[in-house]
Amino acid sequence: MNRSEPELLLQSAPLLREGLTIPTAMRDVIIALLPALLAGFWYFGISALLVVIASILGCVMTEWIFTDKQKRMIALSDGSAILTGLLLGMTLPPALPLWMAWIGGVVAIGLGKVIWGGLGGNLFNPAIVGRAFLLGTFPIAMTTWNLAKGGTDNFFNLYPSTFTAPFMQVAPTDAMSAATPLGLMKFEQVDTEIFSLMFGNTSGSLGETSGILLMVGGLYLLLRRALEWRIPLAIFISAGLFTLMLHTIDPARFPDIHFTLFSGGMMLGAIYMATDPVTSPLTTKGAWIFGSGVGVLIVLIRNFGGLPEGVLYAILFMNAATPLINRYTQPKVFGRRG
Amino acid sequence: MKQPTSSYQEMMKGIWRDNPVFVQVLGMCPMLAVTNSAVNALAMGLATLFVLVGSSFLVSIMRLWIPKQVRISSYIIIIATFVTIIDYSLLAVFPKIHKELGAFIPLITANCLILGRQEAFASRTTVRFAVMDALGMSGGFLFALMALGSVREILGEGALFGVSLFGPNFEPWVIMILPPGGFLTLGLILLFFNWVTEKRRQAQINYRLSLNSIEESRV
Amino acid sequence: MTTQKPAEQEPSSTRLIATLAIAGLISGVAIVSIYEATLPTITANKARELREAVFKVLPGVSKMEKYQLEGNQLRFRTETGKDENTLYGGYNQQGEFVGYALPSSGPGFQDTIGILYGYIPITRKVVGMEILESRETPGLGDKIYKDLSFVSNFYDLSIDPTIVTVKKGLKSATNEVDAITGATISAKAVVRIINEGNARWVEKLPTHGLALQEQPTQQEGEK
Repeated sequence: MNRSEPELLLQSAPLLREGLTIPTAMRDVIIALLPALLAGFWYFGISALLVVIASILGCVMTEWIFTDKQKRMIALSDGSAILTGLLLGMTLPPALPLWMAWIGGVVAIGLGKVIWGGLGGNLFNPAIVGRAFLLGTFPIAMTTWNLAKGGTDNFFNLYPSTFTAPFMQVAPTDAMSAATPLGLMKFEQVDTEIFSLMFGNTSGSLGETSGILLMVGGLYLLLRRALEWRIPLAIFISAGLFTLMLHTIDPARFPDIHFTLFSGGMMLGAIYMATDPVTSPLTTKGAWIFGSGVGVLIVLIRNFGGLPEGVLYAILFMNAATPLINRYTQPKVFGRRG
Repeated sequence: MKQPTSSYQEMMKGIWRDNPVFVQVLGMCPMLAVTNSAVNALAMGLATLFVLVGSSFLVSIMRLWIPKQVRISSYIIIIATFVTIIDYSLLAVFPKIHKELGAFIPLITANCLILGRQEAFASRTTVRFAVMDALGMSGGFLFALMALGSVREILGEGALFGVSLFGPNFEPWVIMILPPGGFLTLGLILLFFNWVTEKRRQAQINYRLSLNSIEESRV
Repeated sequence: MTTQKPAEQEPSSTRLIATLAIAGLISGVAIVSIYEATLPTITANKARELREAVFKVLPGVSKMEKYQLEGNQLRFRTETGKDENTLYGGYNQQGEFVGYALPSSGPGFQDTIGILYGYIPITRKVVGMEILESRETPGLGDKIYKDLSFVSNFYDLSIDPTIVTVKKGLKSATNEVDAITGATISAKAVVRIINEGNARWVEKLPTHGLALQEQPTQQEGEK
């Protein structure tokens, strides 16, 4: 290629373009999730991989069916359905029957996104809608947790419940189940050591257990400037302070800060789900309010509610409050009153 | 009313075209609360049918004697009487169903579907039309309750009228017999209804357009 | 009525009141007659339900009596109806006292759970448990009465020192109850309600109940 003479370029606005589009944003999040996801596969084996695939399949198929023929490829190629399926899959128990994971994906996109008019129109985070539906629909399967088996030797050992026939019950396997750190804390007042909590060698949702790796992904997103960092920070600060307060009052009953921050879906929810740009406030002030609300609700639900985990409902609740927050934190137009 | 219709037409409009639940979106409280099984839905539908037909009949007979100023109170007295009758009868004959339906039997009194029919229809028409209209409306209500109740029981318990459909290993969709299941199912059914209506409207518009273009081409 | 035509005559208030009074009168008559007509059946239904529940929680019982606890004194309840200090005694076919059926209630996962349970004072054991009212989650919490493996925990359950819930499959002592997987809260609520019932009733109740009036036995008068 030889250099041509500079020509007069005629172009309409916008003249400055940034590389940030929906597909690249989605790709960034998926890359950020990979370490924790791979750790989940390593801890829980091939069943975990299959659960994630089933959930993604459910999402993508639903998106494909309910989109206009002309827009199908565009809608799918932005990767948002894949990301929803991935996030949903990571919140599921590794031994969940595949048909349930698939239905979760269908509901996440069907009731969480398509019904609202597609990407950008939804009030609630689709992945959380899918998980909430599954939790309400199959409460036993969704709260049957398995020990992390760990290692390459066991990788191809399936959990027996993975291939349960569609619409059928899981054959009882009580011997293999193990309570999550949150369940232990809530029902038996047993603490889990910090090392296991941080690196994910505990029972729990397949992509939620490794707090450190999720934070590494968060750092990557921060470097790529693809993360509204105020929301997770606000969640950590408010949940931390609230826990500290409770822990000081009654150390025997309430867990301490590191437990609150590193157990359950805290990391995954705070960094990847609460920050979903569609369902979180637009303004920086709004982001702080949103995050603090989520943090306080998480601690409230975990310690005073009937369920051991509250990240899911805390985020759903604040999702619902987002339009209100947007309205009250709207910057004033310069020169206008009130 | 607007144009002379047969009493049969009066009845049929309640079942589909002006369905109280799917089109008018009335009576949502019992609709969501007691449709967790087909039997409950059936009992609630029949109780409502009894109250609506009975009070429409009475209101239509008495329409000339009831002064306008106290008509609402009179309707409420009539409706409440029928509700009390069905409440005690159910308690005596089907105590189990009465226990399941609980407070929602007395609450039929406050079902705006029933008062609405008295005010809008029964008080302005002859007994025959009033009763046919009440039959149609409560038939439509019963149909809607049964549609919701069946879907929720099939998914939520794997059974219909208590008869297991899929064998003992079926994994029940617990959420379906809980309140959120009511909202979800109702929402999806409403969506379906609106979709059908919209399709029909579109088809009609297209038909007219094609007629117009034929006309134009003739000119 | 703002839309009324001016030509139309306002009816007098006497007429308005008379209309409502007549409507109320007719309605009142109708309601009273239906109440009177159904009352015997309703009372009989309730009594049968109660008797069936008592017989169910106290195996081997074929006759029941209503008791009333006044202070620390147990007596036969002669007045109809029941209040919070009403309990039931069960007798076998020979008219000998078998055990008590004790009501107790408390908060469950969703709403109040009302329980009737059978208690044999001689062995200090719970021998049966029936949920009278509950709104526990269908499919999960309702296992407290639908799941036979949970209900059978209460067929032979020692109340000393207290009843405790253990994880499913770990029941080893006679005062332990296997919880329900996935519905721990409801299962624990049932056990807590029975423990509360025990604390309230058990120490005040005579070991041999009250003897039937028709066939006085030697235990009469025992406190």
